[in-house]
Amino acid sequence: MTEILQIVFDALSLGSLYALGALGIALIFGVMRLVNFAHGDFIAFCVFAMLWPSVDAAAIVFAGQLPFYLLIPLLLLIGAVLSVLSEIVVFRRFRNTNPATMMIASFALGFVIRHLLLMLYSSRPKSITLWPSLGLPVEFLGAHIPMLQILTIIITLVVLVVLVLFLKRTRYGLEMRAAAENFTMARMLGVRANGVILLAFAISGMLAAAIGLILATNSGTADIGMGANVMLIAFIATVIGGLGSIPGAVAAGFLIGGASVVFQATLPHDARVFRDAFVYGAVIVVLLVRPQGLFAPKSSKQRV
Amino acid sequence: MSTRPSVIRQTIVTPIILIVALLIMAALTYQFGSRAFNRTAVEMFINIMVVVGLYVFVGNSGLLSFGHISFMCLGAYMTAWLAIPPVMKSITLKGLPAWLLHTQLPMWVATPISGVFAALFALIIGRVIMRLSGIAASIATFGLLGVVNNVYSNWDSVTGGQGSIVGIPPTMNVWIGWLGAAVAIVIAYLYSISRSGLALRATRDEAVAASASGIDIVRERLIAFVVSAFIIGLAGALYAHFLSIVNPGAFYLRTTFVTLSMLVVGGMYSLSGAVSGVVVMSVLIELFRNLEKGISLGGHTVALPNGVQEIAIGIITIVILMYLPMGLTRNQEFSWRGWPLQRRLARPVQTALKELN
Repeated sequence: MTEILQIVFDALSLGSLYALGALGIALIFGVMRLVNFAHGDFIAFCVFAMLWPSVDAAAIVFAGQLPFYLLIPLLLLIGAVLSVLSEIVVFRRFRNTNPATMMIASFALGFVIRHLLLMLYSSRPKSITLWPSLGLPVEFLGAHIPMLQILTIIITLVVLVVLVLFLKRTRYGLEMRAAAENFTMARMLGVRANGVILLAFAISGMLAAAIGLILATNSGTADIGMGANVMLIAFIATVIGGLGSIPGAVAAGFLIGGASVVFQATLPHDARVFRDAFVYGAVIVVLLVRPQGLFAPKSSKQRV
Repeated sequence: MSTRPSVIRQTIVTPIILIVALLIMAALTYQFGSRAFNRTAVEMFINIMVVVGLYVFVGNSGLLSFGHISFMCLGAYMTAWLAIPPVMKSITLKGLPAWLLHTQLPMWVATPISGVFAALFALIIGRVIMRLSGIAASIATFGLLGVVNNVYSNWDSVTGGQGSIVGIPPTMNVWIGWLGAAVAIVIAYLYSISRSGLALRATRDEAVAASASGIDIVRERLIAFVVSAFIIGLAGALYAHFLSIVNPGAFYLRTTFVTLSMLVVGGMYSLSGAVSGVVVMSVLIELFRNLEKGISLGGHTVALPNGVQEIAIGIITIVILMYLPMGLTRNQEFSWRGWPLQRRLARPVQTALKELN
């Protein structure tokens, strides 16, 4: 029983991380059909922003020592600014190009950010001590669950609730949903393209910062590649959930997180190293069964 | 007398121009280049093979594939299994079957076998993946890359796991690199003027009309997938012979995106674009590499700080795509018609890609 509870919490917390990532990618994809491959590097950038301006292996000089009620908003702001800037400087000029060109541009942008970080901080992982008390286990129905896992799940749920309220109850949310459904139509009905796209980028950047915070607290290190893995899974989750469907992306994020934890727990010992192969294999199988994704919006079906 | 010239007559110039241009580069490198420069040139030729292989699938079908580097991985490891001396294999790769453990094949034999191996794998996996359309197929190829990388990184007794396998005879030079690139270009050209190539491009441009005209999309895509896997398998084999070591990390995301960037920068719908994308990017990388090492200007050595190379390459890629979203060649093929007398033709240049009718 406690083992099962442990697995459930592992699955939920990993799934939360992927869901937050998938949300960041799905929002931008929805409004401008851009698969943002720089998202992983946005995450890494936010983590390293905590170290700034120190480049030593262990020291935290500036942001990392702020009290949490200042650090969290600051980091969210950094994520949002970086993301919005990348839209204004780069992606704005790619609005009418084909998806492949846009994707390669986003990849190139991520490449630039990553190597900027590498140049400043070198490739050695840095240690960050953020709230070590969160790593302590909490006893819950007999299982020992790290506080951070519970917090991750709670944060994700809060973010989801806020986002749902925003999307369903406010004017901007309505505009964004309309834009995700059919961008041209939304524009014709008076939705301002620039406003919606900037908003999507800002939210996506904040989500990247949130993932960065969780990852850094969890691992205690800042590593250049730490966002890339989340980004990949998040990207896959967006497609499996049905491109353009925001709830679908979240659900698929949880699904993939759950699948990898369950594979880890149930595969025989020798096959455990091949867990990722099973996860990717499962992705292919899901696509074969439902090529349009699990929760594809009606508009995504091509009409002939 | 036919009323219009044959497809070959109209388009044969493109591969000839490309192959001759590369031959000139190879000859110049061989004559004047340093040892290090020769290695750079070989690397460029191998990249040309990979990107041309990608073009065969991506350019003709219009589907983006993230999975083709896994064929490079398959080809490289197959070559490692075939070409490493049995004495070394029996120590490092104990899990190989006995017949493979005791054979050692020369490069000329091992390379085509590696290509065929990759193509066979593509035939099996492609039967499944090619049923999907659009972005679903792209993600499925991503899954393929993940599966292959995961298996090759962890199947210790057969692939040496995360570490490198050493001992492949290093038999590459510029000429073999050029030959490989030329073979890749010829195969890609023959494919794109073939019946299947034409049909596949029709599905790319107008899927509904093409299938209404009786084109079996899944079948044509599968053919292109297998042909491109063969080319990239060959490239992987030559890469193994070039570095004389293989490790799974070399065939993952970084290579995938670098080669895709080269294809898109050159122009993803044209063979000339595939080749020129690689050449331009390789020249830029080499240029910045030298700038980082430092150049002497009137007694002073001016060097860029380390890491500027990658940043500059990234920014240049973005700028090129910003101003030329269709790539450097604008998806046109190089051709000789009327040049240099009439550079601009009254009607659009007929390319191997534009439908000839």
